[in-house]
Formats: sequence, C-alpha cells, structure tokens
Amino acid sequence: MKTRVIYELKGLYRDDLRVTGYEFGKGKKSICIVGTMRGNEVQQLYCCSLLVKKFKQLEADGRIAKGHKILIIPSCNPYSINIQKRFWPIDNTDINRMFPGYDLGETTQRIADGVFKEIMDYEYGIQFTSFYMPGEFMPHIRMMDEGYSKVETALKFEMPYVVVRKVRPYDTATLNYNWQVWETQAFSFYTTSTTTIDRSSAGQSVLSVMKFLSSLGIIKYNHSESGKESVVVYDTDMISVQTAKSGIFEPLVKVGDSVKEGTPLANIVHPYDGEILETLFAPSDARVFFMHNDPLTYANTSVVKLV
Amino acid sequence: MIKKVASVELPVDEVLTIKKRRIAPEGKTKGLKRISVVTGIHGDELEGQYVCYELGKRIEEEINNLTGIVDIYPAMNPLGIDSITRGIPAFDLDMNRLFPGNIDGNMTEYLAAEIIKDVSRSDLVVDIHASNIFLTEIPQIRINELHEDVLVPFAEKSNVDFVWIHGASTVLESTFAYSLNSTGTPCLVVEMGVGMRITKEYGDQLVDGIFSLMKELGIWQGKTKKPRKPIISKDPEDVWYLNAAACGLFVQKVKHWEKLKKGDLIGQIINPLSGKVLEDVISPVDGILFTIREYPIVDEGSLVGRLLRKEAYEK
Repeated sequence: MKTRVIYELKGLYRDDLRVTGYEFGKGKKSICIVGTMRGNEVQQLYCCSLLVKKFKQLEADGRIAKGHKILIIPSCNPYSINIQKRFWPIDNTDINRMFPGYDLGETTQRIADGVFKEIMDYEYGIQFTSFYMPGEFMPHIRMMDEGYSKVETALKFEMPYVVVRKVRPYDTATLNYNWQVWETQAFSFYTTSTTTIDRSSAGQSVLSVMKFLSSLGIIKYNHSESGKESVVVYDTDMISVQTAKSGIFEPLVKVGDSVKEGTPLANIVHPYDGEILETLFAPSDARVFFMHNDPLTYANTSVVKLV
Repeated sequence: MIKKVASVELPVDEVLTIKKRRIAPEGKTKGLKRISVVTGIHGDELEGQYVCYELGKRIEEEINNLTGIVDIYPAMNPLGIDSITRGIPAFDLDMNRLFPGNIDGNMTEYLAAEIIKDVSRSDLVVDIHASNIFLTEIPQIRINELHEDVLVPFAEKSNVDFVWIHGASTVLESTFAYSLNSTGTPCLVVEMGVGMRITKEYGDQLVDGIFSLMKELGIWQGKTKKPRKPIISKDPEDVWYLNAAACGLFVQKVKHWEKLKKGDLIGQIINPLSGKVLEDVISPVDGILFTIREYPIVDEGSLVGRLLRKEAYEK
C-alpha cells in the first residue's frame, strides 16, 4: 500500500486540507473508489475505511492480480467533516457539483480539478455518496441512463438493486457524470445511511465491492454465490408516496419490508394534539425502497419510495 | 392588492406562503401588459427588497400614470430570508436550481412550479439578485447567449452599467430565468450590490431602470429618466477573473468600478498571524473592476474580483 496526498490546500488558521489516497497494486489504473465529498457523509467514510483495511489484507496475501492499480480516496473534504458541515466551510458550495473542476477557478473547483486529474483515467469508478433528502435506502448501485456505464457491469456488484436514473441538468457537474465523459464506467454506491454508521450495510458494501472486483479479475476473492441477480429499476418507475400534510412523521414499516396494497406505511401526526392527520398507504404490492427518517415532515414530500 | 402565489403547511403551526403585490389601474385589467419584479430566491440577497418597496411607493405616488400591471414578488424564499440562509432551510437546496419545478413533486419543487405558473406570460420579468455575501457587484444584467436577441434590447433600457452575455451552461438550465426564457417569457437577471446589505444608490438606479422598461412596454405613462448606456460584453475574453493565490485576509486597495492600468495594485492578501503579505493582487490588464471581494477571508481560489478589459468598453 502506498499512501499519497492527492491534493493539498493551504489553510489560514486551520491545518492544511489534505486529500489522501491509498494505492494498492501496480499497473493500469483499474479502479478508483471515492468516499465523502460532503461533511455529513460519515457512513461513506466508514465504508472506505473498511475497504482500505480489506485491500491491505488482500495485498499482503498477494490476492491483487498483477497489472492492476486500485486507488481509494476515503474523503475529498476533511475540512467539512471536522466541523460537521455538509458543504464547503466558507462558501457552502458542494464539491460534487464542481466537476470536472478548474485549476484556476474557485476553491471547490480547484479541489475537484485536483482530485479529478488523479482519478479521471481509471477504467472503473465507484463513489460512495448520499441523497439530499434525509432517509434510509435499500442498499443499491445507482447509475445514469445516458453515459458510458453499463447495466451489465453494475450487475457484477450483486447488490439487491441497480437503479438507473434519468440525467438532470445539475448532474452534469457531478463526479459520476464527468467520470463517464472521460470513459470511466462510473457507479454510485448507496448504503442505507449517511450521518450514522450502519455496520451491517457497510459490511455488505465491502463484500459487494469484493464481488465486483473478483468478477473483473482484479482480485482473487472466494465468495459464495448468492444466486440472486440484482433487480434493475428505473427511477421513473418507482412509486413515490407523498404527504399531503406536514407534521410528526411516524413510520409504520421499514426499508426492505414487503407490503401489500393498502398496507399503512406511515402516519403524519399533529404536533400539538397527537391526532393522526394522515395515513399513507401502499398503492400496490411492493417493497419499501426508501423511507424518510426525520422526525418531522413537510407536506408534498416523497417520504416513501416503493419498488 | 396582496395575493397568494403558493403555500404549504409547515410541520408545526405555521403556513409558508409566497406572496405578491399586484398594482394595476382601476377597472378591467384584461389585455394589459404585465411586468413582474421578482427577488429573494436566495435568502441572503436583500438588495431587491428595497427595490420592491421603492418601486411600489413611486408607482402609488403617480398611480394615474399606470397603464399596465406590476406584480412585485419580494420573497421567493421566505424561510431563507427570515433565517439569513441562502438556500431553502432544512433542505439545504439552492432554490435557483429547482426550476421549473414539479407541481406533483416535493415541497420545494411544488413551490417552484407554482411560482413559474404565476409569473409565466408576463411581458417582462426582472429577477433581482445581489451576488452573495462574498462579492459586491456593479449593477449589471447577465444574459445567457441563447436568449440574447430577445433580452439585450430590454437590458439596454434598464439603466444598469454593464450587460454581460455569457455562454450557455447545462447546469444553469435549472434556474428561474432559464426556465422562463426557454418557454417564451423574457426574464432579465440583475446582479447588483452584495449579500445581506442594501445599497440604496444601486436600488434607486434600478428602480429608475424598471420605470424605463415599464415605459417601453406601455405600462407607465409618467416621466422617466433616460437610461444610462451600459457596457455590453459578449466576448469571454473581455472578463478577467482574479482568484486568490493564497489563503488569508484580502485588503482592498482600489475602489469598486475603478478604471485600472495593467500592474495596478488591486489589493493584498495578508496573514494576520505572521504579519506577512502573501500576495499582491495585481491588475493583469487595463480595465475596470466590476466585481470586488467584500468578505475578507479568502481560501486559495476564492474570487477576489472580476475585471472587464478596456477593449470591451472602448470598442
């Protein structure tokens, strides 16, 4: 393993910002794994830390195939993590809206540029990322519907779901999108949580990455075949269940539960008198894919997504 | 008349309502031209607040000269304005990346869609921004090159100092102005002043410009001031970006909107701890400074100014 500072930015009163990478193996740039870009992505950081540990073992055991280089960057943004702020400390910009970056531009553009120059020519890219709404997901691989990444490659993760989403204008400045512009097959990895650590889901993500790399011949890793192929879902086909009322959110089912048509999914409770303002029901037989997890909710909010 | 544009209930005993003020001549308004003045999409930009007040006041003083409809939307993001938050609080989303919204979408998308529905089909929309808390801008209008033909004639009547026609960008397709311009409602984006402050002089200048536009549209019959002739720049090479080469405290040495010679000292980045000057920010060309850093702490890369080269205004 080689530890290397990928990008560095001088601090005024704070320590310098260092984006640190862990390299394993030698040879062509096969796979790059990127963790947190936002300061609240603790689960994503944790997943990468487990992967670094795992790859140390694999390397020590000689199980990384010859001719392959693997780079893991657990965090592109230690400054925000250390002050528990989601976006960049001074100007609140999102590094994951700055790609491919610009070396003469603003601070987060420079960070994006500095990181991207190091990672742009890998064959595969995996980003551990988070959703902007508070909630828990079924762990899944997410990819864009237009681009260089292939669904059949995503299936190699052997995750329960692969979600194919429609590209929106703001996506064009994300790492995932730009990786694909430079012909990297890019996949976003969503585990269950963001601000809290879910060990089980993190463990599943490590195993999934192992299966992926093993199927590509990059590592030697024995694992039992699950025998189950990922379900490919298009985001436009997901069933969103929206609130009509604001109030206290009381979930009645959990992520992963199978529900029958008519199953109560959640109550919205009046914050003062405890009366149920609204009960959300499953509109068809389905599985709970996403569940809002804030104690309060707004009206017109998709609090449950079903597949 | 105060009207409701959109509203949603918040979780605890509060309703979020986006409101507008409609000023119109008495009697039938069908068929009259309409100008919409919109501001407060970013909760930390307050320059437009004064414009809304002053515009309404001056119209009321000569209401008989009003021959069209003026819709004033002072607060697109009321929760942001009330909590000194640029984006939409709780969602941490930039409201100006949500348009055209979705009437069946979540709360933020729903509000965006209702706003677009209400503003659409105005004969002209003026969307007033105030840069951010970091930079002060000379009164200017920014135009996407895709909509240049329609918007430049309006911009020339708006009494701003500078019209900046910039390249198209996919990311900007989610803005309020793009959503309107791409669907046939002309929308001018004004940038002036600085976040969290009111620059009365700029506000008065823009109000004069809005009256000039109203006159042009046939909405106002009273006297208006002749609008100043703006510098119009379309060539990307006209604008020089001055980014900090070091992190520290930026101390300005020249005035905003000052004509500079190549080599002039614009400011210094200093380190208060070491007492050292980390960078002399030097003018790279002859030009005029239309953006200047307001918030003094800078990271490496922070924008400290924008300079319009001399060739752009001496064409």
